[in-house]
Amino acid sequence: MQQQAQQIIQMREVSKFFGSFQALNSVSIDVQLGERVVVCGPSGSGKSTLIRCINQLEIHDSGSIVIDGTTLDGSKQSLRAIHANVGMVFQQFNLFPHLTVLENLTLGPVRSGQQSKSQAQELAMNYLERVRIPEQANKYPAQLSGGQQQRVAIARSLCMEPKIMLFDEPTSALDPEMINEVLDVMVELAESGMTMVCVTHEMGFARRVADKMVFMDFGAIVEMSDTAKFFEAPESERCQEFLQQILPH
Amino acid sequence: MLRASLLLLVLLVLTGCSGDWGWYVVDPTTKKGMTNLRFLISGLYYTVLLSVTAIVISIVLGLLVALPGLSKNRFLRGFNRVYVELVRAVPILVMILWVYYGMPQLLNITITVFWAGVIALALSDSAFEAEIFRAGIQSIDKGQYEASHTVALNYVDTMRFIILPQAIRRILPALGNQLVYMLKMSSLVSVIGMQELTRKANELVVTEYRPLEIYTVLLLEYLVLILIVSAGVRWLERRLQTTDRST
Ligand SMILES: Nc1ncnc2c1ncn2[C@@H]1O[C@H](COP(=O)(O)OP(=O)(O)OP(=O)(O)O)[C@@H](O)[C@H]1O
Ligand SMILES: [Mg+2]
Repeated sequence: MQQQAQQIIQMREVSKFFGSFQALNSVSIDVQLGERVVVCGPSGSGKSTLIRCINQLEIHDSGSIVIDGTTLDGSKQSLRAIHANVGMVFQQFNLFPHLTVLENLTLGPVRSGQQSKSQAQELAMNYLERVRIPEQANKYPAQLSGGQQQRVAIARSLCMEPKIMLFDEPTSALDPEMINEVLDVMVELAESGMTMVCVTHEMGFARRVADKMVFMDFGAIVEMSDTAKFFEAPESERCQEFLQQILPH
Repeated sequence: MLRASLLLLVLLVLTGCSGDWGWYVVDPTTKKGMTNLRFLISGLYYTVLLSVTAIVISIVLGLLVALPGLSKNRFLRGFNRVYVELVRAVPILVMILWVYYGMPQLLNITITVFWAGVIALALSDSAFEAEIFRAGIQSIDKGQYEASHTVALNYVDTMRFIILPQAIRRILPALGNQLVYMLKMSSLVSVIGMQELTRKANELVVTEYRPLEIYTVLLLEYLVLILIVSAGVRWLERRLQTTDRST
C-alpha cells in the first residue's frame, strides 16, 4: 500500500483499438514519482499510442489508467488530473506559430487561471533560461532552429508545472547537430527529479537517465526491466535483435 | 489601379461633353449636374452601411454554423449540412423578397427596408461563410489541438486563441471576396426601395432620361468602391503576414 501511494502512473491491462486494429494489447505499467522510463520498439509497435493514452489524447478502450490517484474515465475530474499533472513534448514540436515564444509559454498558465500574467511571464523567463534561450522570448517559432523550437516546447510544458513529462520521440525530427542541445535539457530535467516517460531511440540518453526500460512490439510490452539489465542481458530474442540493430557496434 | 479608374472617370466626362453623350446631367461644373451627382453619390452611405452590417452578421452566423459542422456528433454535422444546402439554394433576390414581404406576415412583425436587406444578404452569405470557415479550420494541423490540450486549454479557449486566429489568417482572402460580393449584391436591395447607389441611379434615370451617363457613373461608383475595399483587404493580409511566420 505504501508503495502505491508513490505510484503516479498506474496502467492496468490497457487495450486500444483503431477500428479492428489493436494498437495496444493489454499493457500494464507502473511509474513511481521521480522515475524515468524510456520506451523503445520498432515503428508501429504502439509506443506513441501508449503515452498518448496517459494524457488521453487517445482514449483507451479497456483496462484502467490511474494518474496521481485519479482514474481516467473521461470525467471533468480526470481531465483536471491530466491538466494538473501531465506535460507532453511532441516529435513535431507543435508550437503555436502565430504567438511569440513568450506567449506560447504563458497562454496555458494564464488561461487555466493558475497564474497572473506577470507571474506567468516571470516563470516563463525562468524556464527559458533553463532551456538556455531567454534571448528568443519575443521571436516567433518559425524564426528559431528546430532544436530551439523543441526546447521552447519543453519549456512550454514545464510552465504548467506538471509532475510527469511525456516525450514522444522529441529528437526524431531534428537535424543531427541539434539533437544534443535537446537531450542535454532533458538530462538536466531528469536530474532535477522530474518523472519522465520518454519514447526515444537515443540509447545513449536512455542508458544515462533511465531507471526502467520498456521494449514494445505489436502493441504489447515484450520486455520491461532495469536499465542495466536491459542493455546487458535482454531476455527476449526480439528485444536482442532490436538492440543489435540500433546500437552502434 | 484606383488612380487609373478615377482618371478614366475624368476622361469620360471630358470627352463625353463634346460627343453625343449627355454628360451635362452629371457635369460637376454646372449647378444641376452637381446636384445630380450629389444625389447619386448619396446612395453610397446605405450601400456601405448595409454591406458592412450584413457581412459582420454573416461572418458571425457563418462561424456559428461552421463549428457544429466540425463536430464528432452526427446530428450537429447534419444541422450544418442542412443549413448550408438550404440557404445556398435560395437566390438572393428571392431571399430579399421573402424576408421583406413574406417573413413579416409569417412572424407577425414589421420590418424596415434596411433590416430586411441586412437579414436577407446576411442569411444568403452565411452559408458561404460557413463553408469558408469550415475549410479554414480543417486546414489547421491536428497537433495544434493536441498542444492546446497539453497546456490545459478548454474548447472555447483553443478555438479563440489557437485555431481561429490561424484559420482567419488563411481565409482572409476568401473573406475579402465575400465582402466584395456583398457590396455588389447589395444593389439588389434596391428592388424593395432601399435608398442605396443603384436605387438612386434608377430614380435619377426616371427624371433625367439619360441612362447611359447615369448608369456609367453608377458602374464607376461600384468600381471605385470595390477597388478601395480590395486594397484594404490586401493591406490587412500583409499586416497579418508580418506577425504570422508559420510556414
Ligand atoms: N489515429 C489512428 N488511426 C488508425 N490507426 C492508428 C492511429 N494511430 C496509430 N495507429 C496505428 O497504430 C499502430 C501503433 O501506432 P503508434 O503511433 O503508437 O506506433 P509507434 O510505435 O509510435 O510508431 P513510430 O515509431 O512509427 O512512431 C500503428 O500501426 C498505427 O498505424
Ligand atoms: Mg510514434
